[in-house]
This record gives sequence, structure tokens and C-alpha cells, in this order.
Amino acid sequence: MSDKYTRFVSHGLGKDIAKRLGLPQPVALRRHEPGRPLIEGPVLVQGSTSGADDLAATLLAWNLDVRRHAIPKEKLGAIILVLDELAHPGDLEKPVLTAAASLRDLAPNARVITVSRTADSATEPAAAAARQGVDGLLRSLAKELRAGATGNGVLLADGARTTSPATLGALRFFLSGRSAFVDGQFLTVSSGAGQLPDDVEKPLAGKVAVVTGAARGIGAAIARTLYRDGATLILVDIPAAGDHLAEVANEVHGTALQLDISRNDAGQRIIDHAATRHGRLDILIHNAGITRDKLLANMDAGRWNSVIAVNIAAQLRINEALLASEHFGDAPRIVSVASTSGIAGNRGQTNYAASKAGVIGMVRATAALIGERGGSINAVAPGFIETEMTARIPFATREVARRLNSLQQGGQPGDVAEAIAFLASDAAGGISGEVLRVCGQNLVGA
Amino acid sequence: MSVNGPSVPRPQPAPAPAAGTSAVEAAAGKKEHGGAASSQLRRAVVVGGNRIPFARTGGAYTKSSNQDMLTAALDGLIARFGLQDERIGEVAAGAVLKHSRDFNLTREAVLGSALSAETPAYDLQQACATGLETVLGLANKIKLGQIDSAIAGGVDSASDAPIAVSEGLREVLLDLNRAKTVSRKLQVLSRLRPKDLAPDAPNTGEPRTGLSMGEHQALTTAQWKITREAQDELAFNSHRHLAAAYDAGFFDDLLTPYRGLSRDSNLRADTSLEKLATLKPVFGKNLGAAATMTAGNSTPLTDGASTVLLASEEWADAHDLPKLATIVDGEAAAVDFVHGKDGLLMAPAFAVPRLLARHNLTLADFDFFEVHEAFAGTVLSTLAAWEDEEFGRTRLGLDGAFGSIDRTKLNVNGSSLAAGHPFAATGGRIVASLAKMLHAQGQVNGRPARGLVSICAAGGQGVVAILEAL
Repeated sequence: MSDKYTRFVSHGLGKDIAKRLGLPQPVALRRHEPGRPLIEGPVLVQGSTSGADDLAATLLAWNLDVRRHAIPKEKLGAIILVLDELAHPGDLEKPVLTAAASLRDLAPNARVITVSRTADSATEPAAAAARQGVDGLLRSLAKELRAGATGNGVLLADGARTTSPATLGALRFFLSGRSAFVDGQFLTVSSGAGQLPDDVEKPLAGKVAVVTGAARGIGAAIARTLYRDGATLILVDIPAAGDHLAEVANEVHGTALQLDISRNDAGQRIIDHAATRHGRLDILIHNAGITRDKLLANMDAGRWNSVIAVNIAAQLRINEALLASEHFGDAPRIVSVASTSGIAGNRGQTNYAASKAGVIGMVRATAALIGERGGSINAVAPGFIETEMTARIPFATREVARRLNSLQQGGQPGDVAEAIAFLASDAAGGISGEVLRVCGQNLVGA
Repeated sequence: MSVNGPSVPRPQPAPAPAAGTSAVEAAAGKKEHGGAASSQLRRAVVVGGNRIPFARTGGAYTKSSNQDMLTAALDGLIARFGLQDERIGEVAAGAVLKHSRDFNLTREAVLGSALSAETPAYDLQQACATGLETVLGLANKIKLGQIDSAIAGGVDSASDAPIAVSEGLREVLLDLNRAKTVSRKLQVLSRLRPKDLAPDAPNTGEPRTGLSMGEHQALTTAQWKITREAQDELAFNSHRHLAAAYDAGFFDDLLTPYRGLSRDSNLRADTSLEKLATLKPVFGKNLGAAATMTAGNSTPLTDGASTVLLASEEWADAHDLPKLATIVDGEAAAVDFVHGKDGLLMAPAFAVPRLLARHNLTLADFDFFEVHEAFAGTVLSTLAAWEDEEFGRTRLGLDGAFGSIDRTKLNVNGSSLAAGHPFAATGGRIVASLAKMLHAQGQVNGRPARGLVSICAAGGQGVVAILEAL
């Protein structure tokens, strides 16, 4: 989907006009392309703890150009602010203000990433205050960054270290172009589980994945991204969308399974197909969803029930079937598509928001269940994404919606797919029960 | 034409491997004491199928060519079974109404599909039996070990039908091409007459009788005294069964939508016997009160395509693909309709008894009957002939009537009256659907569920086949 405004203000006269009038100046975001480096330019690891030292050593081993001290005027690809030993809010000053001196040296599409500890695992009020302080700091800083640069944070729960697999996995994700439209967000690493891939270009090699709602839009983008990352795919969509589904399946060398996920036997049919064709299933992506918008005062049972049935009841039933199956992998992964509507609410979407908030509740509650078999479950909540669906929003409403975030543009279906592919990978094994927003730090709901 | 005394020796059927030997194959093997050569034959199995919804002519597929539709049906099959870039042993398909430019229709469709470009293909044409004959021919190649995998199919468009120039214009154009000089060219052109410019549109009339298929069937329907009510009931059941099959999700893994259609456009889920009774006869109108064939109990011209994935058991296993049913055997027959000895579409009435005799089977040994509904009258005339003692004795050489079928086993998920009938695509539709039904049924009375396919065809021909559940 084209964003003519972003192209207009990207160079020449348009750029000049936008600057003079103080109009939004979105830039073309850096997105992941196979073979490209993780990040361009040096990475400044700010912080003096042993956790920071360990992390810097690991990044060096990735052949990144690591700095422990900024060189004035040198353009930086990223700043990693390690704040893993905060005991009091006063501890923030030194590392934060030191990093602040380098902010003007950030290259376009740079990254600022905090690594700190979860506040609710602190026993001392002062430590909790300091840790929670990082939340406000990072979210505000993300809003100050310009030119496609983003700010995100990794939160370490008890039992997670700065060099735990999932910490490193999350860092890689945030540093890379895979997180282009993720801004102002935190991911909590809750354990030392997970494993970094042997081949960083094929993190899903050998995995069998199911994607629901894969015939078009975000679902098709998820299929393409998972295929690029090495997964073997089973694509599901309603029978009426079978022609588009077949096209995507043939493109990604997968199989098309025409199935209404709201059928009672949908989970079993998915398992049967995966078991017959591949002997097992490793990854399930719940992407299928519908909208039937209406103000609640005008809501009818048909609209309400169909949205609940497809968007959340089907996911619950399919999860139950999969978790009961011996064929659902050794380290099974489930990633659900939620929505920022389910977090902040949206006028006319009481049914949709209820279903998507339901997805968030389901993900949090299922984390323990799937954790028992060494797996993980997470959700991704997209904000304004440029799809056929959002292209139908009236022009003015659409323009406002897509500018109302820190990156001043809509995301691409591939941006949602990248977040899902990461959470479906073993590198994210220590992350579970989380909801990651892919919204460019939307002013609503963030 | 005696069942027990075929004039031409027939090839012996293939005894199955010892394990999982079916009743049919065991009995046949014993009877024919299969020799060393035939013991090397292996089974050909149906893995699955895919078709596009069938559309009434002039509807959703008006702008789609045979190649477009066949390619779409192939791509849906490839997507269902993950056959991208796979080199299939051979693909065979065909069309009844075919442009001369489509001389390599199937190969062109393969090249336009997601299959490996190294997949060979050939075209086949046997009127409405085309689709079933591609299944039988390819199954035989698999049984012989010539190929391990195959896709059978068929397609037809009555919307995008070829229109030929008149014979007069064609001769002038050919002579013009051969003419060397300007004066000779002018001489040739001067032969052209206005009437030569009228195009020669295709029709379904029989070249030797000038009668349309419907008019032929009207004679047969009257001969067998098939009532209007019985025909309407068959049509009603076809629609009812097909609609129920769609609602139950039966076609979820047999069909891929195309050009906005996700169900056959001829299907009338809300039709009733009362509505069908209001329709006026369209065939056999000169028969007076015996005119019983309406647009409701006759199949309309239809566009569509179907495909069936066949394989050896080894190939299916190696590819982790399902095995639904085996193609046990097939038989073709033809009748002398030109001299009125038998009705145009009555050949299956002879093919089925011959095929069943070869396997020591009776109609009671089948769990599903898939009798193609060219017209309701065709199905009912065939059943009437089988139940007729006179026909059994004089035409089939039996002691009495051939037998009757349990009507609850007939076309249980609907057939051509509801789905429509794109000529060459009907065989693939039936074989894939039947294979799925057989697999779901599994074993019956300690033997594999068994199904009979019967398809009549223009030119007084018919092709029938036996499938068994795996």
C-alpha cells in the first residue's frame, strides 16, 4: 500500500516544504533484507555493570563494531543502555545523561535499547521505583527520536541475565530492521530458556508452522516471512478464500488447508494435517480475525457472536487441541495477533476489542500451560498497518491514523510478520505471555 | 454382446500384494490365476483432488479459457499437497470443446502452473468420458511401474468455445495461402460468397443423426417409460445432496474457489419438487405427453476444470501424502445408437455388467454409486435397463435382470444435475469425491468400501470404473 506523503517529503521540494511548515517528516524505515548486516555503524554499549561487560563481549563476538565510550561526532548505529543494577532512581543519572550526549550522533534509523530489570521483581521500593523509571524514560525518549530511529527496552525478570539467549534474541530483533515499526516497547525475558539460531538468516529452519488467515494481508506477509526464515508452512484460511490461499501456498512452497477455524474440529484437523504431512507441528500463528464494527448501542447478536467466535473462541479451542496433542513439538510456540484496539479501545469496535483483549488474557494465562512442555506463547498487537482493509478507510481519517505515531507513518504487513517470526523462533524461547505492540509507538494505546 | 463371452480376450486384472488384498482383487486373482507378469503390477491410489467450482455457461468464467481454468485447478491441487516444483510422472487432461490452438493444452497448463517445468503432459479426448479415461490410463501406467505419480484432469468451457469459419471460407483461405501470384489470389477470392462468412458455431448434436444429446435422451427416456416425477425427484435429490455436502464442509479439501465462485453456480439449494414440476419440457416436445425432460432435470452447459492426484503407494508414502482409494479397474463400452439399436447414452448399461463380471461382483457389492447425471433420464434409463429381465436376457446374455441398486447409495453428495457438467471435468470431480467418501467409509463387512463410477459420453460411448477404499 503506498504512502504518497512519505515519498513526497522524503526528498527535494517536498522535504523542504515539510521542514518549513513543521509538517510530519516520516522517513523510509530500514527493514530487514537477507544478507544485509544486523545494523550499520558502531554500537555504543553504555553502562558499567558486569552485565554490560558481558553483553559488550557477546556483541563483539557477533562482529559488531562495539564502543564502550562514545567518540564525539562519530555517527552511531545504536546505543544500548544497560541499567541492570539500579537500586535507586538516583542511579539513573550517570548512565542516562552520558548516553544523552550521544543522541545527536545517532544515524538515521538508529536504535536505542535499554536493558533493565522488571520492577515487580524488586523487593525494595527504591529499586522498584528506579526500574519502573526506565519505562517512562524509554517511552519518552522514543518519542524524541527522529529519522526512523526507535527506542525499545528489554526487561530482565529474576533468572534472566544480560546474556541469556532470549535477551540476546530480543536485542538482535530490536537492533535489526525486523523491528522497524516497533517503537517505545518493552519485551520481558522471564527465563534463560531459548536458543540462538545456528544460521541467523534461517532462524526457523526445520520448523513446521501453521498460519491461520494466510490468504491475504498480514497473514500472507507472515507466511512469506516465516518461509524466508526457513519454516515449512501449512497455510489455513476459510474455504471461500482458497484461491488466494493457494497462490500464497505455491509462492512459499507450503500446503493450503481450507478450513473455517471456528469449526469445532479445527484444531484436530490442523494437527492431523501437520502430523500426516510433516510428523509434527512446532509453531502456530493465530492470525485469522474479522471485524464487524458497530456502535454498541446498535450491536446485534450476529455481529457480536461472529467476532467472538472467530477472534478468540476459535483460538482457545485450537490451543486446547494442540496442547493435548503429542504432535505439538518439543518446544512449541504460539503467537497470536491481538490489536491495539484490544489495549486502548476503539469507537465502534466493542466486539473486536473485547475479542482482542481476550487474546491478551488468553496469552498470559496460557504461558504457564505451554511452559510445562518447554514452549512459549505471545501476542503481537498491530497498530495502523497499510493493508487492503485500512486502504478502505476514508482518506482524511486514514491520514490522521497513520501519522499519529512516533514514526509518523503506517506500518507494513511485513513489520507485523517480523515480530511474529521473532516470537516464534527459539531465540525468543525465554519470552512468554508477552504482548508486543507493532504500532510505531501509536499515541493511542501505547 | 454377452457378458460371459467377450469376443476379445481381456487383460487380466492385477492381483494386489498379499498384505491388504481386497476381496475384489483376491477373487479376481484367484479366478484368473494371475501369471508372473501380472503379479508385478502394483496398486494405483487416489491421493486427492482439486477442482474449481463449476459455473453455468455465460457466468463467472465467461472470460476464462480452458487453459486458464485447468491451470487454476492444477495450482489448487499443487497448493493442497505441496507439489511446488515437483516433477510429476505425467499429467493427462483434455477438453471436449477445444480450440485448435490448444493442441498442447495440458502441457501448456503444466508450464503455467507451479509444477516443475520438467513434468510431461498429454491431451486426451473421449467426449464426456475424457476425465475418467485420463484417470484409468494414468492409473494403468502407475500399475505397470512406468510412472510413480500422475495428475489426471479435464476442463471444458462452453462459454469460451471455439467458433470455426465456414467450410467455404476455410477452403478459400487455404487456397489463398497457396496462391503465388496476385492474379491467382484474386481468382481465389472471387469464389467467396456472402454465406461463407457466417461462422460455424459448435453444438452438441450427433454428427451421424443430427439430433442433439437431449433429443436422443428424450427418445431413450420415453422408451424406458421414465416418468417426469421420477426425473424431477432425482434432480431434487442431486441439489439437496450437493447443498448438504457443501454445508458439511465436504468440498473443503476438494475444491478451490475461482473468480469469485466458491460453490457451483448451478446449485439451487432452495429448489423443491413443486418448483421443478412447474418447468416446461425442453426436449422431446414432439413426443407429446411423453415429453418429460425439462431444464430442471437436464444438466445445463457448464464451465469448469478438475484434477486428481494419482500415485503408487510408495510415492504417496515417500511424500507423506494420504492414500484414499485404489483404482481397481475400468471398462469402456459403445452402442449402436445410429441405427437405433440402443439409446445414445446407454453404453454404461453394458460396460458395468462386463466390468462386474470380470471381478465376480454384483451391484449389491457396492457401497457408493456415482452415475453421472447427464440427464435424470439417463441415470433412470440405465437403472431401468439393469432391472429389466428382457434386457438382461437379450442384450446382456444373462439369465434375467442384471440387478438393481440401493438408491440411498446413489450420488450421495450430489452429481451433475446440481453441480453442472463441464464435459471433460466431470470424471475428475467424481473420482476425487468418491475416493474421499470411500476413505471415510473405510471397511464394510470386513472388506474395503467399494464404489462404482459410470459416465456416459457422446458418440454412444461410456466408461465405468471400480474404486476401493484404502
